[in-house]
Amino acid sequence: MLTKRLIPCLDVKDGRVVKGEKFVDLKDQGDPVEMARDYNTSGADELVFLDITATKENRETIKNLAIEVSENLFIPFTVGGGIKSIADFKDLIQAGADKVAINSAAVRDPDLITRAAKEFGSQAVVVAIDGRKKASGDGWEVLISGGSVETGLDLVEWAQRAEKLGAGEILLTSMDADGTKDGYDLEQLKAVSDVIGIPLIASGGAGSPEDLYDALTEGEADAALAASIWHQDIHPIKECKRYLLDKGLPIRPVGESD
Amino acid sequence: MIGIIDYGAGNIGNVERAFRYLNEEASVIDNGNEINNEISVLVLPGVGSFAAGMAGLEKGNLIKPIIEYIDSGKPFLGICLGLQLLFARSKESGLASGLGIFDGECLRFDSDKIRRVPQIGWNKIETMEESEVFNNLPDYYFYFVHSYFVPVITGLTVAKSDYGGQEFTAILNRDNIWAIQPHPEKSGRTGLKFLENLIGVIK
Repeated sequence: MLTKRLIPCLDVKDGRVVKGEKFVDLKDQGDPVEMARDYNTSGADELVFLDITATKENRETIKNLAIEVSENLFIPFTVGGGIKSIADFKDLIQAGADKVAINSAAVRDPDLITRAAKEFGSQAVVVAIDGRKKASGDGWEVLISGGSVETGLDLVEWAQRAEKLGAGEILLTSMDADGTKDGYDLEQLKAVSDVIGIPLIASGGAGSPEDLYDALTEGEADAALAASIWHQDIHPIKECKRYLLDKGLPIRPVGESD
Repeated sequence: MIGIIDYGAGNIGNVERAFRYLNEEASVIDNGNEINNEISVLVLPGVGSFAAGMAGLEKGNLIKPIIEYIDSGKPFLGICLGLQLLFARSKESGLASGLGIFDGECLRFDSDKIRRVPQIGWNKIETMEESEVFNNLPDYYFYFVHSYFVPVITGLTVAKSDYGGQEFTAILNRDNIWAIQPHPEKSGRTGLKFLENLIGVIK
């Protein structure tokens, strides 16, 4: 049986891993290569690196990071942040990334999803979507540029369209929940899950093993992405996996020697 | 020397890095004339579409040399799309023709019955035959990424797996030919141990 995945997300700024709350107030978390190595042995099923500054200089940094990480990391990893073109995809995949996440560029140039899927296969194209509750309270709106620009797009419709255009997975971040440790936005996850046929990765709000469980059951996510609770060792992955296994979820166990 | 075929279908670098990590000498080859006597193990990796994969092999004049290499009895390893291409046909891209080393065709996971296609993530394999390739694996979980599969074939499938109630071939072997549907180069310690075992068995 296919297992549910736990995916640590490493937000990278100036070569360091950082984490904020609701996309602001960033705090240093550590060295990305060291953290990747630790996660590799502690039971992470995949890793995601997001270049959150997305400047040209940082793109080189994150590319070099991918090269360094892939030399010793033999689990899948995704790289994202500021990707705008097929050339960016090629750069990062050659550097060792298995998948590339696109967010703002997918909204500005939806055809990029299709071109990338054609060139590298759908499995390499993760469409990341940042969503926030609409002022009307009816559904969610898509925001881009690190949550700073409103697009007017409806989140559920955009997720559905991204799949049609060739996305291999949807990485869905709730801006309302991000960094709060109050739990994922289950209503939002379920709404997207209902309309897509590709894997859904939940992001934003994890504070406890129960939150992961809820996202993977009630929220119908195939994978749960988190940062703070694992970076800060609040609930290590091993503990989370044991909890989820005890609750009967299909989970890849962490080896006894790990 | 291990020869890894680059035919424009996915991340060859990760396969190369895994062999390097295991201290195996490996080189990437992208043309049929490079499949020579120096190659002691031929690896066909790859992701993406079946028809595009065959087109890539044809472009590098690789089809005939691969078939001749396999017929010569030397060790061969197919990974992911490299497993599927060994078969006669695939439902992918109409009914595309493969290398035809084995009869049979690749089928698609039924979206009406399975909620998410492709299968992406870690799934457990179940061994159907004893083999040294399974010795001392830390566990039986491998990383899969695929929408198409080869059904379980008696006498050929050595390990199977199950996605949404659909059983399929995870690892196959006949004589010198080995192939694996998941990505051992992305399956952590389990995948590396499998590759190490396999090299020990076929070399």
